[in-house]
Amino acid sequence: MSHSCDLFIVGAGPAGMSAAIIAARAGLSVVVADEGGAPGGQIYRGVQGGTLAALGADYHEGRALADAFIASSARYLPRSAVFMIESQHTGGFDIGVSCQGQATLWQSARVLIATGALERPFPIPGWTLPGVMTAGAAQTLLKSSAIVPHGPTILAGSGPLLLLLAAQYRRLGVPIAALLDTTPGGQWRAALPHLPGFLASAYFGKGLALLRELAGSVKIMRGVTALAAIGNETLNAVDYTADGQTHRLPAATLLLHQGVVPQVNLAMAAGVEHRWNARRLAFEPVLDADGRSNIADLFIAGDTGGIGGAAAAARQGQIAALAMLGANAEEPRAALKAALRGRAFLDALYRPALQFRLPADDVIVCRCEEVTAGDIRALAHRGTTGPNQAKVFTRAGMGPCQGRGCALTVCELIAAERGQSPQTTGHMRVRNPVKPIALGEMASLTRSAAPQSD
Amino acid sequence: MRFQGDACDVAVIGGGVVGMSIAHGLSAAGLRVTVLDEGDVAFRASRGNFALVWVQGKGLAMPEYARWTLRSSDLWADFAADLTAETGIDIAHRRPGGFALCLSEDELEQRARDLGRLHNHLPGHVRLEVLDHKAVKAILPDIGPEVVGGTYCPADGHVNSLRLFNALHESARLRGVAYLPNARVRAITPTTDGFRIVSAAGDVQAGKIVLAAGLGNARLAPMLGLHAPVRPQRGQVMVTEKLAPFLHHPLVNLRQTDEGGVMIGNSQEEVGLDAGTSLAVLGDLAAQAVRYFPLLARAQLLRSWGALRVMSPDGHPIYDRSATCPGAYVVTCHSGITLAAAHARILAAHIAADSWPDTLSPFSARRFTDVQAA
Amino acid sequence: MFRRLEGVRVPVEICVNGQNVQASDGDSVAAALLVLGIATFRHTPKTGSPRAAYCGMGVCFDCLVTIDGEPNRQACLTPIAPGMTIDTGTRLPQLSETASI
Repeated sequence: MSHSCDLFIVGAGPAGMSAAIIAARAGLSVVVADEGGAPGGQIYRGVQGGTLAALGADYHEGRALADAFIASSARYLPRSAVFMIESQHTGGFDIGVSCQGQATLWQSARVLIATGALERPFPIPGWTLPGVMTAGAAQTLLKSSAIVPHGPTILAGSGPLLLLLAAQYRRLGVPIAALLDTTPGGQWRAALPHLPGFLASAYFGKGLALLRELAGSVKIMRGVTALAAIGNETLNAVDYTADGQTHRLPAATLLLHQGVVPQVNLAMAAGVEHRWNARRLAFEPVLDADGRSNIADLFIAGDTGGIGGAAAAARQGQIAALAMLGANAEEPRAALKAALRGRAFLDALYRPALQFRLPADDVIVCRCEEVTAGDIRALAHRGTTGPNQAKVFTRAGMGPCQGRGCALTVCELIAAERGQSPQTTGHMRVRNPVKPIALGEMASLTRSAAPQSD
Repeated sequence: MRFQGDACDVAVIGGGVVGMSIAHGLSAAGLRVTVLDEGDVAFRASRGNFALVWVQGKGLAMPEYARWTLRSSDLWADFAADLTAETGIDIAHRRPGGFALCLSEDELEQRARDLGRLHNHLPGHVRLEVLDHKAVKAILPDIGPEVVGGTYCPADGHVNSLRLFNALHESARLRGVAYLPNARVRAITPTTDGFRIVSAAGDVQAGKIVLAAGLGNARLAPMLGLHAPVRPQRGQVMVTEKLAPFLHHPLVNLRQTDEGGVMIGNSQEEVGLDAGTSLAVLGDLAAQAVRYFPLLARAQLLRSWGALRVMSPDGHPIYDRSATCPGAYVVTCHSGITLAAAHARILAAHIAADSWPDTLSPFSARRFTDVQAA
Repeated sequence: MFRRLEGVRVPVEICVNGQNVQASDGDSVAAALLVLGIATFRHTPKTGSPRAAYCGMGVCFDCLVTIDGEPNRQACLTPIAPGMTIDTGTRLPQLSETASI
């Protein structure tokens, strides 16, 4: 059984919701599928039911957007994973959607992918241990269930989200044993040329307020050059190196973060061309100013197209929807420019350090198939065509996450060993289904609807 | 143009399982071998294959192919053991016997007729059995009620083909075979002492040359007075999450790997150079798998891919040596895993020794041109 | 280990590893398990090493648990429901009741 619509949007974060509101208002039949149980995406997760003031004003701004989206005529499919987008030769798309064990086929003339971002891989020794999770995961627990760590808690890494989480915990009285800052010391120099844009941006005031809030209330170790999670069955300590000295801190929870990168799997599997962005150290889809990809009628908006944050994502969603309608998008374009101001400074300042992107040989890079950095380097030394051969020979990227946690690391490891750029090296191919589905669900999509009996 | 290392005795064009099996055999014969491979994104049957070492059903229309397949299958256990001993990589070769399951009486009758014909091509000791539902269920207890029966051949087996592929590369490294990735071949010219190969990774001088470039052989063969009329035929394959072992025999289109995942294939589509996947075919494959084994309905499907089989007009291998360019060979087939042992142990030895026995002549591409002339 | 900032909003009875316990309506399975002090969610198929929720947003597949008898479900994306049974510690899903070896 299949259903159809004019515009199918994947992701109910700021980009997807904003696009849906405009397209639905213009009379298109719009469907928005999202894995979450409520609109908002990661950034505004649980925003319609959220009551914790400590999450900050930026978070609560998402409420109005989520309310407007729910009030629109767009059809919202919560808890629905899009596992495949197939371009039809005759134009338009077939879209496979899995919702609570049931697969459905949608047909749509247009698709907008707004799957957002995920946290950059942070491969350190012991990062697979229970007790180690991402700062984003901790924030999700906070937003959706008001759950916080109990016992010695260490935050480690670099970037605004880490500082924001520390501030949120501080406001809620959650003790933080230490914040281990891995931001390389000299990077402010590289960021300096972008300072004027940053000073003129909203980030400046917010960042300053965050740092002021944390100063004196949270123990911050700067210039951390190495990290290791220690434990057998679960985490019990964290080793960190600063100023050439290694120290051990007891820990029950280690929250890691070194920035976010576009969630590219769905777009890549759909055939969208991607290129390496050397400034942001990530693969990004090749898009025009409206968010149009190389595939006709397939648009991308928000962080999936390159990290720009929630305000920019909302504008990009509006621009893409207006472009589909052939309408003027001057206002959101101007607003997008303002929203992106200051990003270049943050990208340069918080560029993740090399040793946390290219770990030592014994560190696992592919968590699913337990492949180490050394396995990948050995292949590169033997001579390899690239990440797809590495995948075949080591199984890196063949597990259920399909490279979401290792593709960047594998690419950068091979690039470094072979002395070539990540662009030349390439990203491992992403296969359908982009999210695992039960074989029985896939079977329900068979063309021979009923089993023949002869 | 850069020149890649010393001149070698043999250049193998193609770093897939076929090319690496040939290189393996050539290096065993003491030859200095260079393998030129394409880039990371190319049409690579070796990455997408189904990993069967299979006998039943092969060579129905060509007895020589049926016997060649059986010969390779018989060599496989020894080949696998040697490769593992050399590289330390367990390639999980098993030969427990394999099944083809049938979901209708018509299908079972057709298969039984086919195997009857095949029986005539093979030595008497090779058993090919036709089993009813009950007999299949005694061996494969998880089959569903819709399975009416199946055929069984004890000579069938399977392997971890990705680890085989890796082991062949590792063996090449250990033996000093030069492997040149990202070396798409642009031109080949005969020289006084062999061949000059112009590639994207530089030039290579070789005494002999073996074309094992899969679909690329169609383009390369005419450069050496050879003929390789191969076309792509797509097979879509999918794999589930790793499961506790429940299936100890491979099926022709479904098998549980040594790592636990269940691979399901194997469509046959004439779609040109399109290695993609489609919801319609994946849906059909999944539905069939669930009819074979209802418990699979609950298994999570992790990935699917399309791979292009390298098909000759009659579906059988092409092995030829050039009449106009002595020292030039072409090797191409769509069963590179099954035939890996024969390629490494027998075919490579003939290429190394420049001997071309009569058993190989039926595989010449002249069978296609001669038919047209007749 | 994790704790709730606010008390249980609306209590929901669930069964975790054979024990009847209380969770809070709106929790994901992952959140409920973490508050219950369950550190390890599963073991990897390859080496049996322990894993738990890592990304919390459905991308890493490390939080896989058996939910109502269905193996390898993503704990972070599944909301709890009254009467739900959750089992942790699985290494390889066992789908066959007749499986040998």
